Amino acid sequence: MAEKVLELKNLQAYYRHLKGDVKAVDGIDLTVNRGEIMGVAGESGCGKSTLAYTLINAPAHLKHMGGEAYLNGKEIMSMSSGEFRKLRLQNISLIPQYALDAFSPTKKIKTHIRDLVRQHGVSPNDEFMEKVKDRLKIVNLDPSVLSRYAMELSGGMKQRVIMTISSVLDPDFLIADEITSALDVTSQRFVANMLVNLRDKEIIGSAIFITHDLAIMYQIASRIMVMYAGHLAEVGPAEEIMHNPKHPYTEALISSLPRVGIQHTDTRLHGIEGTPPDLTEIGPGCRFRFRCSYRTDKCDETPRREQVGERHYTACWNYEQVGSDSNDEQ
Amino acid sequence: MGKYFGKKLIIYIITFFIAVTINWLAPRFIPGDPVTSLLAQYQGPAAGRQMLETRLRTLFGLEGSLIQQYINFWANLLRGDLGRSILQFPREVSEIVKNNIIYDIAVLLPAISLSWIVGNKIGAMAGENEKIDRYIMPLFYGFVSSPYFWFAIIVVFVFAHSLGWFPTARAYGAGVRPAFTLNFIIVFLRHWFLPFFTMFLVGLGQWSIGMRNMVIYEIESNYANYLRSLGARQKLIRNYAFRNGVLPQVTGLAIQLGQIVSGAITVQVVFDYPGLGRLMYQAVQQQDFFVLQGAFLSLILMVLAANFLIDIIYMFIDPRIRLSYSEEE
Amino acid sequence: MAEEKTGNPEQYTSQGILKTVFSRLKRNENLYLAFTNPKVVFGISLFSAVLLFALLGPYFTEYGINEFAGIGSPASRAAPSGEHPFGLTMQGYDVFTRTVHGLRATILVGFVGGLIASFIGLIIGLIAGYRGGMVDEFLMGLTNVFLTFPQLPILIVVAAYLPYRGIIHMAVLVGLVIWPWTARAVRSQTMSLKNEEHVALSRISANSTPRILIEDIAANMFSYIFMVFILQYMGTIMATVGLEFLGLGPTRGVSLGLVMQHAVQSGALYLGYWWWGILPGLFLMLMIFSLYFLNTGMDEVFNPELREL
Repeated sequence: MAEKVLELKNLQAYYRHLKGDVKAVDGIDLTVNRGEIMGVAGESGCGKSTLAYTLINAPAHLKHMGGEAYLNGKEIMSMSSGEFRKLRLQNISLIPQYALDAFSPTKKIKTHIRDLVRQHGVSPNDEFMEKVKDRLKIVNLDPSVLSRYAMELSGGMKQRVIMTISSVLDPDFLIADEITSALDVTSQRFVANMLVNLRDKEIIGSAIFITHDLAIMYQIASRIMVMYAGHLAEVGPAEEIMHNPKHPYTEALISSLPRVGIQHTDTRLHGIEGTPPDLTEIGPGCRFRFRCSYRTDKCDETPRREQVGERHYTACWNYEQVGSDSNDEQ
Repeated sequence: MGKYFGKKLIIYIITFFIAVTINWLAPRFIPGDPVTSLLAQYQGPAAGRQMLETRLRTLFGLEGSLIQQYINFWANLLRGDLGRSILQFPREVSEIVKNNIIYDIAVLLPAISLSWIVGNKIGAMAGENEKIDRYIMPLFYGFVSSPYFWFAIIVVFVFAHSLGWFPTARAYGAGVRPAFTLNFIIVFLRHWFLPFFTMFLVGLGQWSIGMRNMVIYEIESNYANYLRSLGARQKLIRNYAFRNGVLPQVTGLAIQLGQIVSGAITVQVVFDYPGLGRLMYQAVQQQDFFVLQGAFLSLILMVLAANFLIDIIYMFIDPRIRLSYSEEE
Repeated sequence: MAEEKTGNPEQYTSQGILKTVFSRLKRNENLYLAFTNPKVVFGISLFSAVLLFALLGPYFTEYGINEFAGIGSPASRAAPSGEHPFGLTMQGYDVFTRTVHGLRATILVGFVGGLIASFIGLIIGLIAGYRGGMVDEFLMGLTNVFLTFPQLPILIVVAAYLPYRGIIHMAVLVGLVIWPWTARAVRSQTMSLKNEEHVALSRISANSTPRILIEDIAANMFSYIFMVFILQYMGTIMATVGLEFLGLGPTRGVSLGLVMQHAVQSGALYLGYWWWGILPGLFLMLMIFSLYFLNTGMDEVFNPELREL
């Protein structure tokens, strides 16, 4: 049986606001095995980045409200902050959205690295720095970047330096949060491939790759989770999700993808009508029902998770209809 | 680097140029002729009055065309000639200024640097520690809300009058002669302490508040979040935040210097402590216009020199200045 | 909607009115946050209290500012009492009377001077930030020159030669010196606003530059300008009382700085007349103090990252 690196059980995390709770992550179940790259997809505001913050560095007003998260079998939500601090970088690590802005402007790159590993009891001696230089070569960077300040590096270079730093202590689990969004197309592909490369070299044990770009996700993810408005919509092997979606939202997402070689005279590019619901004080029921063409009365109840294939689950009452009728011809 | 200094120098030169021009313009173009108002105090025979008037007009450089007057004004200045005092004639203004500026430096240099250093430390603590923030910061807001002279009045009343711990007035006692003896040094320090203390406390409030806001901002910034996500302890993040928060504080020091020096003028008046400020005050009261102008110009020069010093320091502590200006060249 | 027609009885009770006010405010989140922020509320209350004190104070005294109100010497006879709540000066003037009148004059100078400074700074900042290039270089150079100047000395030199100084002279003089703060702040805001879509749209629609500056840029930093004005008001007041204290305030009437100058010159502090030197300044300090709180509170409202949660 595969080794579970991360396991979420009914995880809930809400933003506390003056006007009430924003239920950004509301009952997520997920398992990530060693060697897997789990893609997390969904439109902005669906809770995918919040999920990342919940797991590694929640801001003050984001509160864990229920459920568990196990990292290598240890529950991390109830852990003291001192205890969890030690797991960071060594066991769980993050490549943040704001990679272009993640360095202190007055410290050299190597100072960041040295200071960080010292916090985990690792001495940044010559041997260690040699290893860092080798790692930089993997991402196609010259070791001289170590003596530079962030302002001397281009966006793509910063992104690769961050990848090196975040994986420098070989974490079991890496969260890659929108790492391609700020880059141009060629750099996007390079960075995404680097993530696979890190996994293949067993520098990282497994990863979740958060993006709204389904095309690039499909290229590197072994499994995909689709989130909608804080709920899990569907999770399963990448192939199945892309070619045999069992949730109306997944289906809509995929049909909204532009296809190369097809002009708009042949097929209209369509988006999904409507906007995601306000997550403040939202009640029970399927959260996609307001935009869903498969909607029935049953949808006013929160859907159960149904297994629809090998490690493939969907949260839809009417999943049997999805993909089976003429819905994609609109 | 050259460009960085070049830009700064131009601004300083223009500032100095404007200051000199204001000095030149003020007696000529502001309604109310200084010569007439000085003559009003003369109570001798009429013949002497005529002579005095000619004399004063020459002293003010009010003869010849305006352009000629302006050139003469600059020429005298560049020779280091600030004119002579009207009241203590024929003492040279430059000499009077020299005797006073020592006291400005003796009070301001330690007061500003110490309040800056201590204020930054306390501010950084307040940015993180809610208790310090809640109890000490309102007090500091009280300090910075006080006009310097009002704060000085309270200090005089409490420490000199009520408690009687310190003497005030003059830099040392009336009967004491300056000498390098322990006794003199103690007397000197006792007179020096309250003006220093006043400037220090107001400055302390100012720098703490500035640093507190900077640290709060820095601790929420992305690099701090990244460090935290990767398991850095609060202490490391604090160090990083402090290092970056100090930069605007250095710039702030340069910008605030003018205000601080302005405050020092009134503080010297309250303590009757020597310095360019008290000198200006006395010159205004006695209508000793040359002393007023000389003291004004010296104050400006002092502020500009300090500004330039801070620019040099800033270049060393902010890598961005070094990098951005060296790449352009 | 029937409810609205018949009228909701609750809307006439004070609680009901408060409720409607807050529900309206809630729709405008910033205003709502401003009026529920303790620092803003504290600042506004204290400021209004000082303002009321200055406005109404003169009606609570029967003396004139230069009227002999009682024997002021020795100090023990001049101390605050029921008759003279703020005590007397050595010359026998009523300190309360002089304080409230002086406070009025100082507030007026601060207000007018602050307006002038904000106006100059706003124009220079808007133009520099919007035009950029050489115009920006020049205007910012000018701003930096004025910023480097120590304000009080320059004011002293100019004021010393003025034979007559009225309140408006003072305000103009101070306003002309302290505008650079506004210019810098407004410039940086303008630079970030000018690249926004609605400004670009306005530019494409061939609107004139002044119109873009006023309608599309200045209008969008109203809250910011308000905060800058508060700072300028504080700056003007501080510079003004400094001048007054050196005897260079308005030549007629009384000002706060003047009252305290007399106290210091008469050596009142060494004779124990603390009320004469300290009480007049206390109200000034409280006013500036309240404005600091107001500004810090507003900063929290408009810059969410400073908000306490």
